[in-house]
Amino acid sequence: MPVSDYDPTSLPDLLPLYYRRLFPFSPYYRWLNYGGVTKNYFQNREFSFTLRDDIYVRYQSFSNQSELEKEMQKMNPYKIDIGAVYSHRPNQHNTVKSGSFQALEKELVFDIDMTDYDDVRSCCSAADICSKCWTLMTIAIRILDRALREDFGFRHCLWVYSGRRGVHCWVCDPAARKLSVAARSAVAEYLSLVKGGEETVKKVQLSDPIHPFIKESLMVVERYFSQYALAGQDILSNKESVDKVLALDLVAYFQSEKNPTKRWERLKSLVHQKRTSSKKATHADKEIMLQYCYPRLDVNVSKGVNHLLKSPFSVHPKTGRISVPIDLRELDQFDPFQVPTISLICEELDRPRSTEEEAEETKENEKDAGEKRKIRDYKRTSLAKYVKLFDSFVEGLERSRKGELLKKSDLQKEF
Amino acid sequence: MQANLFQGRRVSCFRRFQAHNMQFTKRKKAIGNYQAELYGHCLQFYGQPPVENISLSEFETFAVERLKLLKTVENLGVSYVKTSEQYKKKMEVEISSLNFPYRTEVDDRKPLTGPTEYEKRRKDHISHFILRLAYCQTEDLRRWFIQQEMDLFRYRFTDLPSKFKSDFLHRNNLHYDTISSEEKENLMDKLVHSTFTVSGTTVVEQDFYKVPFQDALDLVRTRKVFLKGGYAYIPHQDIVTIVLNDFRTRLSKALALTARSLPAVQSDERLQPLLSHLSHAYVGQDYSIQKNVGKISLEQIDPLSAKSFPLCMRQLHKALRENHHLRHGGRMQYGLFLKGIGLTLDQALQFWRAEFVKGKVDADKFDKAYAYSIRHMFGKEGKRTDYTPYSCMKVILSNPPSQGDYHGCPFRHSDPELLKQKLQSFKISPAGINQILELVKGMHYQLACQKYFELTHGIEDSGFSLNHPNQYFVESQRLLTGGKEVKREADTPRGGQGVPANKGADAPLDKPANPAQAAAEVTEDLDSLFQDD
Ligand code: SF4
Ligand SMILES: [Zn+2]
Repeated sequence: MPVSDYDPTSLPDLLPLYYRRLFPFSPYYRWLNYGGVTKNYFQNREFSFTLRDDIYVRYQSFSNQSELEKEMQKMNPYKIDIGAVYSHRPNQHNTVKSGSFQALEKELVFDIDMTDYDDVRSCCSAADICSKCWTLMTIAIRILDRALREDFGFRHCLWVYSGRRGVHCWVCDPAARKLSVAARSAVAEYLSLVKGGEETVKKVQLSDPIHPFIKESLMVVERYFSQYALAGQDILSNKESVDKVLALDLVAYFQSEKNPTKRWERLKSLVHQKRTSSKKATHADKEIMLQYCYPRLDVNVSKGVNHLLKSPFSVHPKTGRISVPIDLRELDQFDPFQVPTISLICEELDRPRSTEEEAEETKENEKDAGEKRKIRDYKRTSLAKYVKLFDSFVEGLERSRKGELLKKSDLQKEF
Repeated sequence: MQANLFQGRRVSCFRRFQAHNMQFTKRKKAIGNYQAELYGHCLQFYGQPPVENISLSEFETFAVERLKLLKTVENLGVSYVKTSEQYKKKMEVEISSLNFPYRTEVDDRKPLTGPTEYEKRRKDHISHFILRLAYCQTEDLRRWFIQQEMDLFRYRFTDLPSKFKSDFLHRNNLHYDTISSEEKENLMDKLVHSTFTVSGTTVVEQDFYKVPFQDALDLVRTRKVFLKGGYAYIPHQDIVTIVLNDFRTRLSKALALTARSLPAVQSDERLQPLLSHLSHAYVGQDYSIQKNVGKISLEQIDPLSAKSFPLCMRQLHKALRENHHLRHGGRMQYGLFLKGIGLTLDQALQFWRAEFVKGKVDADKFDKAYAYSIRHMFGKEGKRTDYTPYSCMKVILSNPPSQGDYHGCPFRHSDPELLKQKLQSFKISPAGINQILELVKGMHYQLACQKYFELTHGIEDSGFSLNHPNQYFVESQRLLTGGKEVKREADTPRGGQGVPANKGADAPLDKPANPAQAAAEVTEDLDSLFQDD
């Protein structure tokens, strides 16, 4: 993966700059404070920091935005994780009676990592990704985002690039944050189709009737399948991978056909014939598509209320890329290699200002200089569009909170 | 048991329930009338506490029998798939043999033998409330009780003919939002495809309920329901899911309330010991305090490990002897087991030290790095929690072994091929091995282990249901050293233990976990607790 401009050893020099001038503290705090509706919601939130030399400190917590800012600027974490909202302040967890310190709420989160797809990627393996296999993430986001909204009725799903080889989703609706462990695991299982580890060849089993959720998911997969699997991964081109596909329970003789897309058409029609001729329906074509493309979730991450997940706008120490929100309106254009690295944006800061900017600057008085300067700062970098996206996500949350409040007070008026 | 002793003494602990019952004042009707109403259906939602006073002896009998029932429910739940025919059959047999209601007809004629339907229903009602008193005290007890009561309820509700189901809902004021026929029409296709046995016509015919998906997690998890906008659309045939959810919510609230008013009950010196006895009886798995502490010498461990240790412990023992080391997971699982079979702290220290120093650890390092955690297991360090030996469930479900680990359950965590070889090396017959592997394949690990027990002890039916490695040990020792009489005792269901009917039995199970309480209770039988002043 070409990260030519980023050198991990420069991190100690860049992080102070990043946290002082670029990290979007204001929307970040507004996000996690959730309007301050619930008492101590922000104060009881666990943060954990990974510092230099992999020193890991858990149970950090902060009273307000300025304390958060000050501490982050002091500690300059290599990585930030967000945990649950606890019953007490996490930094005082040692002082409360054991057993009474409990995780109460957290966003419903999902973690999708490319390494879980190694058996169906031929382009890369392990931590490597390329634009070909990134399609898998696109498919994953499309499928899960649809289900979270339409099936589960959630409205505030924040999708974030992990900085290296995967994506995270933060579902922030109040109802999602209140889900029990049992409910989280039920949601995650509803959304999981690919089962079994190294020892299982056939990882997707469909049976009749096919649930509407699976149908919807198949529609997404179908949009990408031939482009991704047939052309990109060439799953039907050489003997070895054909065997692998056919091990998934099909006897097809399409050797005479060389074109992968046509081979696939044959395979499908074969399945179709089988289906109409025998009583027991076969869904081999669908199962293959799903096994190759369906999102693979880490259920454990979603299940636990107290599970930690890397924070948006944290830096990935290996690649230097910022964990930025993903704009679903332009999902197909999202390119992980275009995501700015910390070195890039710090460099952009140092570039001489344009005359317009200068002019604007002299116009403004220096009142609340600090905050304004920070806003101006990130606006001059390629982080700008991601902060803007994040801002509008937080605004969306605020809007529906206000809507709820209005509804409540209207109800009260009626009585 | 001297039943006559209690004659004339009556208990009215249920007032405690009424104290927080909103409908208390409405209940001025004649009691007889009220009860006919109360027991009008064979299944209850336990909304109203009993209003009558009952004798202490009845109190005790009812409690013990329900406890037996719940223990059976638990055992069947780990041994069979809950939807299987076998499970249903066994449940039916157990429920009727313990004289709890399971038939749907109201039959007021006096049966030739046994109690009337009314008596059964009354027992069902009262015994449930007694156990609420006993099982509201800690989080663990509550969880166990709720789980078993839910399984019992699920079985009984599912078993009802549909007319009785509606009647049940109606009587208990359970109304759930149904969707309109237009909505049904619009969603027809999706509704048909979301449920296995629903076709177009049955969609039209039956009601669909619309509930927040959080109230139907079992259906959501298995994708057996249609979801839209955060709501689950549940066909009437699956209504048990919603009812059960309601049942759990109410029961857990009720238990929390009962716990709050419990101090009053506990101050009743006749009830308190009985209740605490009852609640300790469930544990069936509390092997933390043993009668035979110090009765085992270190030399015996090797032969015992071959004869009376379950496979998981035998494997750990062997690994320890061979490598002179065990990693943390193994030390915990094996160390607590050894404590459970009766090793003293000193013996344990000596045992582990002797083995570790043969390996890479010298005595000094052992004392610095490992002794602490062993004392910890015995509650002598740190928070002084008395660690309880792991149950099979815990071994099977939590902390799976990884590279370099020997802990876990061999039936669950070994490759079947390796397991087979191991069993062959223990001279298990090929037919026996096949039986075991079949059970493993069906994920019935404890049953596989039990089969192994039967094969290695040369018996047909072990007569207990295995849920703890220490239980395996106790049962094995009973067979090998206890002789016939003790063997018979082992046949009584677990739930029977810890109650006076069994007082002759060697029942390590009924000792409370708290040593202080143990001291107070070991010497006393229930009988003596109820002696008149
Ligand atoms: S079933 Fe229980 S006793 Fe038997 S090997 Fe597994 S964990 Fe040990
Ligand atoms: Zn790739």
